[in-house]
Amino acid sequence: MSAAPQVETGRIIGAPVGRKEDLPLVQGQAQWVDNMHVPGTVYLGVVRSPYAHARLAKVDVGPALAHAGVVAAWSGDDLAGDWNGGLPCAWLPTEDTNAPTHLPLATGKARHAGDGVAVVAATSRAAAEDAVELVEVEYEPLPAVVDPEAALAEDAPLVHDELGTNRCYTWTLESADGVDALFADADVVVKERYYQNRLIPNAVEPRAVFVQPLPAAGEYTMWSTTQVPHIARVLLSGLCGISEAKLRVIAPDVGGGFGSKLNVYAEEALALVVARRLGRPVKWTETRSEGYTSTIHGRDVWQEIELAATADGKITAVRVRLTAAMGAYLQLVTPGIPLLGAWLYAGAYDIPGYSFECTGVFTHTTPTDAYRGAGRPEATYAIERAVDALARRLGKDPAELRRLNFIREFPATLASGLTIDSGDYDASLDAALAQAGYEELRAEQASRRAAGDARRLGVGLCTYVEMCGLAPSRVLGAIRYGAGGWDTATVRCLPTGTAQALTGTSPHGQGHETTWAQIVADRLGYDVDEVEVLHGDTSVVPLGMDTYGSRSLAVGGVALYHACERIVAKAQAIAAYRLGVDESRVEYDRGTFTGPEGSVTLKEIALSAWTAHDLPDGMEPGLEASYVYDPPNFSWPGGAHVAVVEVDTETGAVDLLRYVAVDDVGTVINPLIVEGQVHGGLAQGVAQALYEEAVYDEDGNLMTSTMTTYLVPSAAELPDWEVGRTETPSPTNPLGVKGVGETGAIASPAAVMNAVVDALAADGVADVPMPATPERVWRALEEVRT
Amino acid sequence: MRSVSLTVNGVLYELELEPRELLVYVLRERLGLTGTVVGCDTSSCGACTVLLDGESVKSCTLLGVQADGHEVTTIEGLAQDGELHPLQESFHEHHALQCGYCTSGMVLAAVSLLEENPSPSADEIRHALEGNICRCTGYQNIVAAIEAVAR
Repeated sequence: MSAAPQVETGRIIGAPVGRKEDLPLVQGQAQWVDNMHVPGTVYLGVVRSPYAHARLAKVDVGPALAHAGVVAAWSGDDLAGDWNGGLPCAWLPTEDTNAPTHLPLATGKARHAGDGVAVVAATSRAAAEDAVELVEVEYEPLPAVVDPEAALAEDAPLVHDELGTNRCYTWTLESADGVDALFADADVVVKERYYQNRLIPNAVEPRAVFVQPLPAAGEYTMWSTTQVPHIARVLLSGLCGISEAKLRVIAPDVGGGFGSKLNVYAEEALALVVARRLGRPVKWTETRSEGYTSTIHGRDVWQEIELAATADGKITAVRVRLTAAMGAYLQLVTPGIPLLGAWLYAGAYDIPGYSFECTGVFTHTTPTDAYRGAGRPEATYAIERAVDALARRLGKDPAELRRLNFIREFPATLASGLTIDSGDYDASLDAALAQAGYEELRAEQASRRAAGDARRLGVGLCTYVEMCGLAPSRVLGAIRYGAGGWDTATVRCLPTGTAQALTGTSPHGQGHETTWAQIVADRLGYDVDEVEVLHGDTSVVPLGMDTYGSRSLAVGGVALYHACERIVAKAQAIAAYRLGVDESRVEYDRGTFTGPEGSVTLKEIALSAWTAHDLPDGMEPGLEASYVYDPPNFSWPGGAHVAVVEVDTETGAVDLLRYVAVDDVGTVINPLIVEGQVHGGLAQGVAQALYEEAVYDEDGNLMTSTMTTYLVPSAAELPDWEVGRTETPSPTNPLGVKGVGETGAIASPAAVMNAVVDALAADGVADVPMPATPERVWRALEEVRT
Repeated sequence: MRSVSLTVNGVLYELELEPRELLVYVLRERLGLTGTVVGCDTSSCGACTVLLDGESVKSCTLLGVQADGHEVTTIEGLAQDGELHPLQESFHEHHALQCGYCTSGMVLAAVSLLEENPSPSADEIRHALEGNICRCTGYQNIVAAIEAVAR
């Protein structure tokens, strides 16, 4: 691990700089993919199976071809020869993982409601929509299975007949200590079972893709609503047989992702091959209801967790068994998502025994994949709910039980094998409890109970640690992840006093243009407005690993820092030459080089470096530098959250009265943006706890098929967030930064549900499933009343 | 096709529209006003909110022909003489947007709210925005941005 953080916060780093991104966005000047239009464009429409499982007896595109404006139409069989293999899955966690071929259009069978079976191309969006209705498909419906545990039954309908099973893989992780012995010796064992409700990510911008081909040159430019233009370029070029060097992918303004745009989708591949076949620009934009079945979902995992503990509450071992739905196919990272939590089921606690097993299962549902938190909200939920269950069993205060078990020595090597860089869990818990007024809340809770108030008060805690910024690359290789964990940066000091910062990350709301400019401005002595951040275009930034898993700052931001150091090193040599002294006698401070008898600015050096009239002998002209940064470790944010709820025991309604979040994400570059990330994550986590659930009926029909039945909360459903912060810099990078994008979504489902159960614990309720709708709460109460 | 005359951001347009064309597509595809966007197809998310004669409406659930003879204001028409509308300025100052996709609709819904109720409470703001979904911000900064402009 490298030296402690070298940045001084409070000037540009650490300042709440207003976002550079905002002015176009508030004036309607954003460049969304769906804005794209050039003459000759054809619009795609995808014919989708209404059945979860059906044999395709006939797919006849003929009637669609006769419709005015229809240019072409193809079935899955028609295009089967256009693909090299199937849509990519970049993480097959075991050697024997079942990875059936996933063609962009199904052939033979449809395997989930919304599975694409044909595509039409027409001269207008309306003509394409009409033509979709005209394709004649004869479906022979087959039995479906939607629950991952049910899908493992001997007689369950198979999603992929050729596999002979719905099991995708089983992956295990055991600590060296004998976990069975620790359970046998335990004074207390708590066993809990939870279900992670299936979620629909709901980025407000629907997915869209626009492809402009240059047929004679074999070149393609693809604009896509993607979080991962670089990954998409590599994988789509392979799938479609296009030279990687001739495929340019652009992620222009992208309207949110949350993991749902961290993928390589069938429609991107379809747009490319249709553009190749027709030699015309091609556009596809999903409708929201279409997206609900064709854009990935999140979660859908059964969890069993057992804790072994001593009578005074020291946890000695944790054992976890997961049954995780893959959906009908493997998308980009589908099998790996539950495993991103595999190291976190011991939470922020020093637990010597660790046993984890996850079985991935195919079901006749839309594929699952990364949704904000991706494996870590699930892990945090299970351990934090189980710790509360243990506290109830032992009659201990849940805050005290947590303190008894916290990890306190850092770096901390976990029983599961990874090493936490830094943390101070007592500090964040103390701060959160103080901010919430924990003692007063407990007193009010007791007095309400004593008074027989039907509106019970509940207080829920979540003290979490998470791992983000997937890296280093060799560790990712060891767990069979298909990509590296590095990222790229180039800093170019232009001749006239401004700079360009090129980043391999690809923001879609996170404010990288501002935060990255702050890093460069701080190191090189520019104003933030003098630094232009370029991203999301493989012709401008050819290589990068994009934006997901809270990696951008801890990897791409640090890469930028290192590129700046290289700029300074070169400029220092030029400065010494100009000042006529040895380099060792030149001091550098934020844009100015000072020698014994004079100074020169970095901007002046940039001009002279590009005119190159008078540089030291043999020096290469120009002032730009690149860096590819591969972090030595994951980054490990942590924190403590407190939810306060009121539960009406007569109606079952849950009112989230307050929410306190104290997060520790290391050094903060821009507190405005960090708080915004926390707010947004909290909203999504609270939504999982109280509102959102994708529901299939037993035939595999998605019952929550539009935004009218899937309850994305509005401003009226959510409280003011009470956000606090502790700062424990990461010792593994010179900025001291960790990740922040997912903390809110990781911690809040557990905090809210612990609060709901806490409110009803005295009534005898031990569990309420998510989302805790009034009906579910009422039923949980009915069960203990009768 | 139907002949329709409507005024958008002060400019009069005479258009021949298919009766089934939604107002949002008239704005986006015929007039090139791409600041108004589509987020859902069920009138749930409010990303397509515009002002029709000063009141907020969802342009994905209004046909273009229904706007015949009316005045439409889109996000592009809000800033005047290069000066941002106070709500646009306030959204920036309060970090009330992240990806920005809901922002056009959110700002116009707020314009309409403050027209009706110049000094709403935070709670009234939250309820007035029930028809506008933001997935990024958790809403708090949006509420703060509107409160700061409200009298």
